Amino acid sequence: MADLDGWEMVIGLEVHCELATRTKLFCGCPNLFGDEPNTNVCPVCLGLPGSLPVLNEMAVELAIRLGQALHCTVERSVFARKNYFYPDMPKDYPISQYDLPTNVDGHLDLPDGTRIGIERAHIEEDTGKSAHVGGDGRIHGAEYSLVDYNRAGIPLVEIVSRPDLRSADDAKDYVNELRAILLATAVSDAKMEEGSMRVDANVSVRPLGDDQLGTRCEIKNLNSVRSLVHAIEHEAARQVELIGAGERVRQETRHWDEAAGRTRPGRSKEQAEDYRYFPEPDLVPLEPDAEYVARIAAAMPLLPGDRRARLASVSNGSQGSVAIAVTRGLDELAIAAIEAGGDPVRVLTHVEHNLAVEGAESVDPAALAKLTHLELTATQAKAVLADLVKSGGDPEDIAKAKGFEAMDASALDASIEAAITAEPDVWAKYVGGDDKAVGRLVGSVMKATNGQADGKAVTAKLQERRTNASG
Amino acid sequence: MPSISRDDVAHVARLARLELSDDELELFTAQLGAVLDHAADVEALDVGDVPPTMHPYPLRNVLRDDAVRPGVDRDEVLRQAPAAEDGRFKVPPILGEEP
Amino acid sequence: MTARAIAADVRAKRRSAREVIDEHLARIDEREAELHAFNLVLADEARSAADDIDRRVAAGEDPGPLAGVPIALKDNFATRGIPTTCSSRILEGWCPPYDATVVGRLLAAGAVVIGKTNLDEFAMGSSTENSAFGPTRNPHDVTRVPGGSSGGSAAAVAAGFSPLAFGSDTGGSIRQPAALCGVVGVKPTYGRVSRYGLVAFASSLDQIGPFTNTVDDAALALEIIAGHDALDTTSIPEPVPAYGELMKEGIDGLRVGIVSEFLAADGLASDVARRVHDAAAALEQAGAKVDEASVPSTIYGLSAYYLIAPAEASSNLARYDGVRYGLRVDAPTTAEMNTKTRTAGFGAEVKRRIMLGTYALSAGYYDAYYGKAQRVRTLILRDFERAYEHFDVLLGPTAPATAFAFGAKADPLAMYLNDVFTIPSNLSGHPAMSVPFGSGDDGLPIGVQVLAPALGETVMLRIAAALERAA
Ligand SMILES: [Mg+2]
Ligand SMILES: [Zn+2]
Repeated sequence: MADLDGWEMVIGLEVHCELATRTKLFCGCPNLFGDEPNTNVCPVCLGLPGSLPVLNEMAVELAIRLGQALHCTVERSVFARKNYFYPDMPKDYPISQYDLPTNVDGHLDLPDGTRIGIERAHIEEDTGKSAHVGGDGRIHGAEYSLVDYNRAGIPLVEIVSRPDLRSADDAKDYVNELRAILLATAVSDAKMEEGSMRVDANVSVRPLGDDQLGTRCEIKNLNSVRSLVHAIEHEAARQVELIGAGERVRQETRHWDEAAGRTRPGRSKEQAEDYRYFPEPDLVPLEPDAEYVARIAAAMPLLPGDRRARLASVSNGSQGSVAIAVTRGLDELAIAAIEAGGDPVRVLTHVEHNLAVEGAESVDPAALAKLTHLELTATQAKAVLADLVKSGGDPEDIAKAKGFEAMDASALDASIEAAITAEPDVWAKYVGGDDKAVGRLVGSVMKATNGQADGKAVTAKLQERRTNASG
Repeated sequence: MPSISRDDVAHVARLARLELSDDELELFTAQLGAVLDHAADVEALDVGDVPPTMHPYPLRNVLRDDAVRPGVDRDEVLRQAPAAEDGRFKVPPILGEEP
Repeated sequence: MTARAIAADVRAKRRSAREVIDEHLARIDEREAELHAFNLVLADEARSAADDIDRRVAAGEDPGPLAGVPIALKDNFATRGIPTTCSSRILEGWCPPYDATVVGRLLAAGAVVIGKTNLDEFAMGSSTENSAFGPTRNPHDVTRVPGGSSGGSAAAVAAGFSPLAFGSDTGGSIRQPAALCGVVGVKPTYGRVSRYGLVAFASSLDQIGPFTNTVDDAALALEIIAGHDALDTTSIPEPVPAYGELMKEGIDGLRVGIVSEFLAADGLASDVARRVHDAAAALEQAGAKVDEASVPSTIYGLSAYYLIAPAEASSNLARYDGVRYGLRVDAPTTAEMNTKTRTAGFGAEVKRRIMLGTYALSAGYYDAYYGKAQRVRTLILRDFERAYEHFDVLLGPTAPATAFAFGAKADPLAMYLNDVFTIPSNLSGHPAMSVPFGSGDDGLPIGVQVLAPALGETVMLRIAAALERAA
């Protein structure tokens, strides 16, 4: 596979998410995953002659809530019919916002601060599901297919990013961040494995520094972040290879084959359907007024980005450990511990290294704060914290119970004195400038205090004595 | 000159999933041409500044509560289907991908 | 006998509903073979429904304002468990699992469904010759068409099969057959009557309305079927006036405008033109102020209609694909099965309109055709509104001539010209109705059309009642 030396990926993502409503987009059938086939259907979602759609107000509210979370503007919108024949589409036209979507011109900031433009986030209805019988269950070579319309008409929001992503990792971060936002806002359960969140990737490549866009391919059927990353890397490499070989990239849809680890060609632009979009005459325009949008924005929960910013400002910890704390949902605990007087650096260190465990969020912030001020080795602190997670309590008592209590300064000085007099030649080497010699001295102090002394502290004291001795 | 060609008619017939014999193609081309020629008066109008009317009676923001309503019985629906198998609608092999 | 009189007798136990039904079934036995007004006569169902009405009356219940009134429904109304064919092979044998809203309201009012009436396939036509099950004949002259597309319903009322029938009007499909069969036919304001359960032809134009022998019965029927329906997004929320009471008021001082563009139209028969002038004179006699009115852009109505209606139809009729209900012609793949099914299931006129509409919406032609037609629609709407600043109602012919012979309008365009006076009200969404007013040189009925502004049904009915008195 060609590497991307001298080449840049340009990636835009289209993410479809099922909205967490009680009922479907245009009818009162339950919005449920995986029920008995065709048990959540009615004349409307079966497209029976004479039936008419009526828009679900909760779908609109959730879509606008997401739009607000993505800093979009809310516009007057009109639904349109997308006309094509396909057996899992009961009316043979899904209803979708087309040229006038509800949410436009927003953005999403990746944890590393990169701002990704959001072109639109519009409402549309899902299709049914067909199972292919015979021909090992694949659509090609199947003997026949069976259609279930439970999913037909389930409300979706499609979030279309601008081509601002530059690597498979960007794409991964974007999807994870979007997922975090969808969960934080309760707009969708965003389960890729269950298909309630589906990603298509538009991928093109161009020489580094070039600002023209190359010909793009749309990769469909990406049902995990893992396949998203693989597919993008593979597709970019394929395109670079193609161009390197003097050929041109054809604009087409390609399908990711997880098993084969490659994309397969699908419909080319030349074969593109003529969807004959036109305004859905059975629905009327959607014109959310300012107060309505303001009410939704006001009820917005704290978003991952805000939480990172908040934690960073109280902890001024590294962007990385702050992000980890938020992803683990431990930012509340960290902030509380810091506000309770805990040492910010140590609090974040504990969250990052010692709290990736069940029940971590239940730790008492005050206890965590106190722990950061105890004279304990990293190993000891970790052990104490483990107990705090399991059964709570006072970190000092736990440390005592474990025999971890920090020894008083005079006792420590005594054992250092002892170590020096025990091995005067080593001490001499050290004073003579052989820094490695300090290890042996520290070692014997630790031995003498059976591990209770803090190695760093001992080294510091020995250094102090050396400067005095040689000064 | 006719406002719709034989090829245009063949193309829309394909889009609409209709099969036409050569005679039908001939006849429909002439008939659709006549209707479109009659529509030339509309085609000729300059209405760029006039907004389109999608609904004769102006309504907006018509929404329903997100409340479950009883659907229809599966057997009653599948009884109407040309072919069905274990609770689902049965169709011949589907070639070609979903748009 | 009128629907109002029948209901009064049944409610007062002067006559039994069963008697009424048997009497009408007897008339059907006499002439149905000759006229073919019905696709389906529900003799047994009607008898037992009538017996049930009688039982309820005996038990002291009031079955409602249409107690025991036989009604005929155009066969494009969804009727639960009763075949609904739209006079098309593609829906032959389909039994909807639900009732249209209008059907539910009529049954709740005590009406008894006596049969499903014939129509041009999917309501596309002006003569009922496009029915897959053979044409309906005009009760006044069986060598002539009854008009269409609701020819069966018009003929049923004219032949005394039922005092009350219902149809749908997309471009004149109630008013034109009413005129040709010498009965009253009303197209209400778009959105005044729910479309839920009416098999769609052109969603932004379709409207349900009644056929009756008297204007008073039309008012009675409207009071029952009109009113908001949460299942139809385009349904108008305004309350329904007591048309029957309000229309009793005279017409003294009402301003009536004769649409000069209609009378200037070539193809308007002189005997029909004469009747329109007679009607105007009669209204003047009755105290109205009559003057000439101009609605210039109505001359574009026909062209705009034959772009808009087929476009919407091409999408509305996509669902007849052989997958979920109705006809299927088997084939090796689903796509071929769709094509074979639709090719075998649709008649020539339906295919013509589907292709015309597909063309009008297809890439590159949308703006020139569908887009432009929607703008022309705005011009027509504005012209009408301007006219209604000076007039309470407008007056004109319903159809260009009296009933024509079978096969006389083999050329589609010639057939389409039948609707030139009725189409504008569908494009504007305004109410309009046809009232019998004398007969032509051939002795066949002539209908005069009364047009009114949005929700102007009351004043429209007042004028119609005055014409009825004068005729
Ligand atoms: Mg989409
Ligand atoms: Zn449903």
